[in-house]
Amino acid sequence: MISPVRTELTVTDNVPFGQPVAGPSGVYRFYALTLERPAWKSWRPGQFIMLRPVQDGDGTTWARPLSICRVTSQSLVLFFRVVGPGTDRMSRLKSGDRVIVWGPLGTSFEMRPDTPTLLLARGVGMAPFAGYADVHPAPASLFMLFGHGLPSNNYPTDAMAARMELENIRDRTPGELEHFHSVVREKMLEYKEHGGLCLACGPMPFLKRVWERALELDLPTQLSLEERMACGTGACLGCTTITSKHWPDPVRAGLPVQTCTSGPVFWASDIDLHDVQPEERSL
Amino acid sequence: MDFRVSLVDGLLELKNPVLSASGTFGSGLEYRPYGDITQIGGIITNGLTLHACAGAPMPRIAETPGGMLSAVGTQNDGAEHFINAVLPELPWQEVPVIPNINASNVDEFSALASLLAAERGVAAMEVNLSCRNDHRAGQRFCQNPVTAARAVNAVKRAAGSKPVIAKLSPQIMDIVEVAKAVEAAGADIISCMGTIEGMAVDIVSRRPMLGSVIGGLSGPAVKPLALRCVWEIARVVQVPVIGVGGVRSARDVLEFMLAGAHAVAVGTANFSDPGTIFRIIRELPALCEELGIDDLNAFRGSLKA
Repeated sequence: MISPVRTELTVTDNVPFGQPVAGPSGVYRFYALTLERPAWKSWRPGQFIMLRPVQDGDGTTWARPLSICRVTSQSLVLFFRVVGPGTDRMSRLKSGDRVIVWGPLGTSFEMRPDTPTLLLARGVGMAPFAGYADVHPAPASLFMLFGHGLPSNNYPTDAMAARMELENIRDRTPGELEHFHSVVREKMLEYKEHGGLCLACGPMPFLKRVWERALELDLPTQLSLEERMACGTGACLGCTTITSKHWPDPVRAGLPVQTCTSGPVFWASDIDLHDVQPEERSL
Repeated sequence: MDFRVSLVDGLLELKNPVLSASGTFGSGLEYRPYGDITQIGGIITNGLTLHACAGAPMPRIAETPGGMLSAVGTQNDGAEHFINAVLPELPWQEVPVIPNINASNVDEFSALASLLAAERGVAAMEVNLSCRNDHRAGQRFCQNPVTAARAVNAVKRAAGSKPVIAKLSPQIMDIVEVAKAVEAAGADIISCMGTIEGMAVDIVSRRPMLGSVIGGLSGPAVKPLALRCVWEIARVVQVPVIGVGGVRSARDVLEFMLAGAHAVAVGTANFSDPGTIFRIIRELPALCEELGIDDLNAFRGSLKA
């Protein structure tokens, strides 16, 4: 367990990614936000931070949870889509602005250098896999299948493609989305047959289908869940997920656990998404 | 300057008047990475029930202007787990640990209070009269002075020498009547106030923002209401009052004390920045000095109204 720290950091860059695109629920805007590197002892891909602009003042607007996209010698890089007022305020951050950050938080993705590893990402869910590919000792064993409704230049995948094999699938129509999911199903079967590992990150409707397929195939699969969070510390009890009977601590089997502290990365077999209605979850 | 506050002589002494409010600070252990939790006046822990409780359906929280809505449904692991697994981890010899207790009937309140009364690590207990005491049935003890007094009296009789705090809800015709009733029923301290029910909806999905539809509103949005309640109660009861509602700065702490509170609990502000409570405790001495306040006892309730 890596102990998180709370720190104030300076924004060094905040750049829009690709062109804003009109979609069914407004205009889609993407940003790569770069901060000075926090003084963390260590971090692991899949972990996240809570971020709150200092200019939000001493009101009680929440910080926003963001997965760690990439950590370099100088910087902490985050990638997000504007989905509401909180991320809209984040999109207006400029170089020199200050943000409050606490992290690194939560669990991380399994890393098995000698195991063929399938990375499944949809939309901004690709973000943590950038850092995963950066630190993986054998990126040749990685393959990422990336579904995206918007043009690929909305996502910072170039550096990732240089590290590992990556297949893009545009899934802007219901038919294209079904095609993406059928490729996901085939790929998961292929990895099951080769004794592989599967990691997935993206929106809940996508994750629920990956979860179902993982259980069906008994393929070792981890999912990074996304939930509304107020604190990121395990205190507000707002981001819970129901565990399955396989949860490591039998006392908590079938009960809610906090996604921020017991997750965000869970083994598919450890959680129970049966009752999750993806369309009911708005972040 | 002396920041110590005695809430119950010899039984509940705080090193400063700033506590963590129930439901916003976990057990306290969650905040260890962000500050020295032994420097807090007291830790009021997340709502505890006799038996483990799975809580309310998701989503449970929503950000609202100047605050938040929550409907957690007292998710917790039950008294036995708290006593055996949580309490031993807490630095209770250095900081008062005050479980917030919740039950769906008086017998359950009694049983829970008896268990906690036997624990050296429990400094006091806060009776939750303000939340829906059972999110399925929705009974609330706060709804009238008689049921509120009955719950407090049951806890008081089971609590032995442990001080009993009654946490009131503003959601009642006359909070002063309830305050008088719980004082008469043996409450040693009154904590004011819990959340007030509210609602938020999403016009795109046409769904409520909370799985339970209705939730408790907290944060700066409710501070004027909390301040009014503290002011009204502190004038008519003899027992100390803990002010709770939208505190986010040392200035807010002094506002509640000016209205008559002996101590103040920081709630929702712990979420937006885990450093909040530690910052408030750090900033309080400087603010007192700046304002020429050299005796908090004399300052308390000195509102010129």
